[in-house]
Amino acid sequence: MKFRKSAVVTALAATAALSLTACGGPGDSGGSGGSSEAGGDTLRVGIKYDQPGLGFKDGDTYSGFDVDVARYIAKELGYPEDKIGWVESPSANRENMLSNGQVDMIVATYSITDARKQSVNFAGPYFVAGQDLLVKSDNTDIKGPEDLEGKNLCSVTGSTSAQKIKEKYAGSVNLVEQGGYADCVTMLGSGGVDAVTTDDIILAGLAATDANKGKFKVVGAPFTEEKYGVGIPKDSDKCQAINDAITKMVDDGSWEKAVTSNTQGADYKYNTKLNPPKPEPCS
Amino acid sequence: MSDYLGDFASLLSQYDVLAAFWVNIQLTFWAALGSLVLGSVLALMRISPVASLRAVGAGYVNIVRNTPLTIILVFLVLGVWSQLAINVSSDFNRNFFIYAIIGLSLYHASFVCEAIRSGVNTVPLGQAEAARAIGLGFFPAARHVIFPQALRGAVTPLGNTLIALTKNTTVAAAASVTEISALMKTMIEFRPDVIVAIFLTVALGFVVIVIPVGLLTTWLSRKVAVKR
Repeated sequence: MKFRKSAVVTALAATAALSLTACGGPGDSGGSGGSSEAGGDTLRVGIKYDQPGLGFKDGDTYSGFDVDVARYIAKELGYPEDKIGWVESPSANRENMLSNGQVDMIVATYSITDARKQSVNFAGPYFVAGQDLLVKSDNTDIKGPEDLEGKNLCSVTGSTSAQKIKEKYAGSVNLVEQGGYADCVTMLGSGGVDAVTTDDIILAGLAATDANKGKFKVVGAPFTEEKYGVGIPKDSDKCQAINDAITKMVDDGSWEKAVTSNTQGADYKYNTKLNPPKPEPCS
Repeated sequence: MSDYLGDFASLLSQYDVLAAFWVNIQLTFWAALGSLVLGSVLALMRISPVASLRAVGAGYVNIVRNTPLTIILVFLVLGVWSQLAINVSSDFNRNFFIYAIIGLSLYHASFVCEAIRSGVNTVPLGQAEAARAIGLGFFPAARHVIFPQALRGAVTPLGNTLIALTKNTTVAAAASVTEISALMKTMIEFRPDVIVAIFLTVALGFVVIVIPVGLLTTWLSRKVAVKR
């Protein structure tokens, strides 16, 4: 027994040692990351490329609410449009990209959580989303998660939304997990599932694409609170400047315009009780 | 350092990594069985004297082998389950598990077929001629003379296919099966602080599963080799 315990500890130590050598020290994150656009005078911004309405790449153009927020912040920090280097930052890579210095900031539906705060810093929030449901536009019997009893629900593998449903409604909801929300929306369209769940603004963005316009609606009963923040490296000094930019964006009406223009056609109203949010003080 | 170990230990108590690996092992077992049966039938078709059967066997192998596994599984779930509304089990989650086994079996059957066919090629032509000369038809000759020798020669390529299958079970996440790669995504989402340890744990798990398969294959291929 004693031997086995020490063997486990040795194995853990070996694993940890390997992983520690794999991530460089915090000192070398000077901006010489993997991005080809790396340079002193560009701002490298991590966004999603595959989330219509939030961060979406179509040829050479980038669109969405996250992109608009990032553009505004960049402008306030002194970087015009042509000095922004867009970098794709998939959910699983966000912390690493920041701590390795591959990007200067991340605006990619990035919820502020305590676990993430251990490895990165956050400015903002710039939006408070909530987990909600997307249903067919002629559906009237699903008004919230409690109406999902015995229904089929789709979410993305490994996402916070899928986990929430498993914890709270595991016994009564049939959860399908897919690789992406687009697959979920396809299933919703073909009738395989009755609802798709994730943050309300993501659902609104999906429902607002040209192909889906008018087919789906966001139920509008958010049951969680996700504060979208701007992820920045631990050693970044930009937090206060970003917060000022967000405040200014809300005050001059650009924020409101960005939300509505990116969710047009989805019959979506953002949660006005929590939005627009006040940025939290920088630590 | 000890902080990191503590974080890692709490991760393991938070998520049931072993249960997720068990799902992969179950998928491997059933899909290995399914693909062995289907693959043997395909191999029989490809060596049969009937031209149309040979064509069907070759067509299946060439089409399925050259289709990405992800596409097969996504087609089963998005197309067959969602669009055509065909349920293979009344239990909702079991449904996807079975779909994953079907997809993995269909895909790997083409590789099993080719592995067996390569085994058939190790059997000297004289064996088949002798079998026919003593009056055996195609099936008796295949069953009593060709296949027993062919399978012995095919142990190593079959073992390689089994190893590939074991690792390919991670694609079942695309078919909504909660196995280790799905759990890995969940762990990364919630515990980004120990992301590297998560990767290493999953990688190590597969090494632990696959190495015995490799050793067993080598041992078995030596033991049953046909001495010529």
